[in-house]
Amino acid sequence: MQKELKVSAIKNGTAIDHIPSNALFKVIQILGLEKSEHQITFGMNFESKRMGNKAIIKIADRYFKDDEINRITLVAPNAKLNIIRDYEVIEKKVVEVPDFIEGIAKCINPKCVSNIENIKSKFKVIAKDKVTLQCHYCERITNQENIIIKN
Amino acid sequence: MKSLVSITDFSKDEILKTLDLASEFENNPNQNILNNKVVASIFFEPSTRTRLSFETAVNRLGGRVIGFSDSANTSVSKGETLKDTISMIANYADLIIMRHHIEGAARYASEISRVPVINAGDGANQHPSQTLLDMYSIKKTQGKLENLTIAMVGDLKYGRTVHSLLMAMSHFNTTFKFIAPAELQMPVEYKNYLNKLGLKYSEHTELSDNIDDADILYMTRVQRERFSDLLEYEKVKNIYILTNEMLEKTKPNVKVLHPLPRVSEIDINVDDNPKAYYFTQSLNGVYTRMAIITYVLGLK
Repeated sequence: MQKELKVSAIKNGTAIDHIPSNALFKVIQILGLEKSEHQITFGMNFESKRMGNKAIIKIADRYFKDDEINRITLVAPNAKLNIIRDYEVIEKKVVEVPDFIEGIAKCINPKCVSNIENIKSKFKVIAKDKVTLQCHYCERITNQENIIIKN
Repeated sequence: MKSLVSITDFSKDEILKTLDLASEFENNPNQNILNNKVVASIFFEPSTRTRLSFETAVNRLGGRVIGFSDSANTSVSKGETLKDTISMIANYADLIIMRHHIEGAARYASEISRVPVINAGDGANQHPSQTLLDMYSIKKTQGKLENLTIAMVGDLKYGRTVHSLLMAMSHFNTTFKFIAPAELQMPVEYKNYLNKLGLKYSEHTELSDNIDDADILYMTRVQRERFSDLLEYEKVKNIYILTNEMLEKTKPNVKVLHPLPRVSEIDINVDDNPKAYYFTQSLNGVYTRMAIITYVLGLK
């Protein structure tokens, strides 16, 4: 309980836990939280037995659809969601890597048409344990450590 | 509507059907199947064999060809987007055959176009008609596609033809031998793909000791245009030169294939060796492309 309170409790909303600390700002970016008007608290470099260290984000009065939240699996494949109502966790969810990803990541191939013409990037997810993407257009394969999130 | 952008767009059955059709066209190369059809042959970057063999294929099928072989003479030079160029050409023609230096351009075009698109090469990515003509050549010379040993030699890192051939031949229980200098080895994702399928492969750096058990010797050129460091290119460009002497101990059925153009990797004296097949292979390109065109148009 002590650990939870390092990031202040919210009455209603979503807490996203088990985010790798170095992916915190990418998660914020993917979910568009920097433009959000909801109250958001976050912290990073908390101790985690499983991950070494982790980050947490709490968003008041905001709930996510599965396909919206699953987008963060690109950078936080083991993230866990706590859905909170009246300070109680009423549901726990894990994120799932989708089969296909559109518009979030950037192809690492500078010669790819998705980096040259004005089009949405598309990737097939070819491995889910260690997320590996294959560009729908140029077919270049990107490993998890090389994934670039679009600005 | 069926486009052919990547070799993986064709199932094993579709590959076999295309090869059967190619054989039919080889026996009877002049057919009026494309009567009243207009085919756009749009080459945004240079090509000799691919463009001419596609255009020969259309002509032998009785179709008409429009297009260009140099985008400098088109509105692309005025800054027109690929989207607009393709949308417009799709209004004129029944089929688009395109080559583009941008990787993924053909896939994108196939999503925009209202007529089928055949990819005649998109940068370092895919060149599926080359793969099908390679397979046609393999089937024709070996009488089968199953259970063969293919030695791939040269630039296995950047060479799109070897990557696509590996993917397509993986349907047929092929054993692969990868012969390449350390700098140009087969990328790990392709080896992982073979591992997943349980197919056998081995890796070597010497050419002469490792080709004796091969049924197909697939030679490739070390492509200067793929190197950002020309010193690296100079180090490896002449690393393998196939000679008649090296072919002496090879199997009697072995055939030497090469997607061409050749630079120095096959000694010119090999050209007269009955095991050399690369010039016939390029002729097979016409029949294979006739098959691809009629198949994607749903005419066969």
